[in-house]
Amino acid sequence: MSGPSTYVPGSGFARWLDERLPVVRLMHDSFGEFPTPRNLNYWWTFGGILTFFLVAQLVTGVVLAMHYTADADLAFGSIEHIMRNVNYGWLIRYAHAVGASMFFLAVYIHIFRGLYYGSYKAPREVLWILGVIIYILMMVTAFMGYVLPWGQMSFWAATVITNLFSAFPLVGESITEWLWGGFSVDDATLKRFYALHYLLPFMIFGVVILHIWALHVPGSNNPAGIAVRDKQDTLPFTPYYAVKDGFALVAFLIPFAWFVFYNPNILGHTDNYILANPLSTPAHIVPEWYLLPFYAILRAIPSKLGGVLAMFASLGILVLLPWLDTSRVRSAAFRPLYRQFFWIFVADCVVLGYLGSQPPEGGFLIAARICTAYYFVHFLVILPLLGLIETPRPLPESITKAVLAKSADRGGGQPAAAPAGGGG
Amino acid sequence: MAESSAVEPTRRDFLFVATSGLGVVAAGAVAWPLIDQMNPDATVAALASIEVEVDAIEVGQAITVKWRGKPVFIRRRTEAEIEAARAVPLDDLPDRRAENQMLPADAPATDENRAAPGNEEWLVLVGVCTHLGCVPKGQSIGDARGEYGGWFCPCHGSHYDTAGRIRKGPAPRNLAVPPFEFVGDTTVRIG
Repeated sequence: MSGPSTYVPGSGFARWLDERLPVVRLMHDSFGEFPTPRNLNYWWTFGGILTFFLVAQLVTGVVLAMHYTADADLAFGSIEHIMRNVNYGWLIRYAHAVGASMFFLAVYIHIFRGLYYGSYKAPREVLWILGVIIYILMMVTAFMGYVLPWGQMSFWAATVITNLFSAFPLVGESITEWLWGGFSVDDATLKRFYALHYLLPFMIFGVVILHIWALHVPGSNNPAGIAVRDKQDTLPFTPYYAVKDGFALVAFLIPFAWFVFYNPNILGHTDNYILANPLSTPAHIVPEWYLLPFYAILRAIPSKLGGVLAMFASLGILVLLPWLDTSRVRSAAFRPLYRQFFWIFVADCVVLGYLGSQPPEGGFLIAARICTAYYFVHFLVILPLLGLIETPRPLPESITKAVLAKSADRGGGQPAAAPAGGGG
Repeated sequence: MAESSAVEPTRRDFLFVATSGLGVVAAGAVAWPLIDQMNPDATVAALASIEVEVDAIEVGQAITVKWRGKPVFIRRRTEAEIEAARAVPLDDLPDRRAENQMLPADAPATDENRAAPGNEEWLVLVGVCTHLGCVPKGQSIGDARGEYGGWFCPCHGSHYDTAGRIRKGPAPRNLAVPPFEFVGDTTVRIG
């Protein structure tokens, strides 16, 4: 998509089609010949892994929809029907449920990779914002999917999350009743969540296409965080990165398979195998692990509206990140101070996740308040200041020089003649 | 020429404005049914009131009934619980409004304004925490009732007193008092 097309139709039919619908040309230029920085490490393979999981969730989800019933009286039973009676139903459902967790694990690695290597900086701001939109859509989709089994955790997760909107003054009550289609979470709520849970993944798919488009205009960032200068700096995506992404995907599927076959329920809650009961809240309700940091932020603020606003702000601030980080150097490899603050921020998010799983009392509550404050300080104070006070290390002249210097350090001597980038 | 056309709108300008204006109105008219279909439907709105027999409830006991899909707490309070609720100065309350749907919105949150009128040992409350909608504990013997002896919400740690008023924790409002009345000595109609 960037630069002139290198596609040459190989046959008469290909030429005929290319003149009418250049779809083969598009695929060739985007995923075949596409020039990709030659120094990408394995942290760059998660885009491919995420694409795989999006498709896997769509396939398993459509199959589950063939057996699931979205009705408050029947939903819980239809899940057990899938688990016990449908051929391989247990496998497909566990793959879908565990797949959601692995999807989030991959997206968190993908996001933190972007944070470490400054992938959100110019000229990739739109790419980053599209990623934030995908992430938010993923959370909404996962939340609605979690409601569908209509167990106790499903019901109370739906109740707590929809009640977030009641925090808004004046219109809050009307919004929640509109979301519920009643005076509480009930059958109407389940049915609309099911319809939206089916719709949203296709919207994610659409935004993913925009995300890849926005990626292919400036091209991938890379561990050195410097721009591609010439063909020497790149390799064609296929076969080099197609194979690297494929290998990483297979490696990532090993823990996925372990969860599916050996411990499919460890990431869920046993309470969700109890039928939803609107008259009894489980003693300890927590969201799925991937939402825990935001849950901790929500509960850290001693005011209902304040907690809700802080939670939404913790996501909204990501949109502003390209402009909050004032440093011109992208990669943390050349930013000695930012590199330390990056790891403190990672630790802050992990601790917030842990605190989200604990009751909001005593020391946990105090810790959650400190970590919430730090989350915002990182974006609003540390990042803008670091760009002003930090002295970055000298950047390599080019990607090729950076790669060769690394091989020389290892004592590998002259690397094997690198294939001319782009030329294949 | 350009000057005169900037001052004097043409017929075409008028048509553009009129067409887009009508287009916006039409889009709104089409959007409204698609939005409003999500509001509570006729069957949900019809389930307005229920009648509950309360003669089997002893002093100190409570029952939970379902009204409009939500739990409603009916509690017959002990003398000590009533006295504790009455002894609280209004200034100690995070929410000083009665939150009683049968009283004006600015009625103070006194115990009299929260309990059944003329029958103060009875408390009828929507059993939904005003924070994020969990059902507070405190209805059964042995439940945690929080620091103020009323109800305790396990989700995010809100404490309610023996008049169902929020005393501590993130919940912003007192437990709501639904519209209800005693019809006869032992029957409560809610809604």
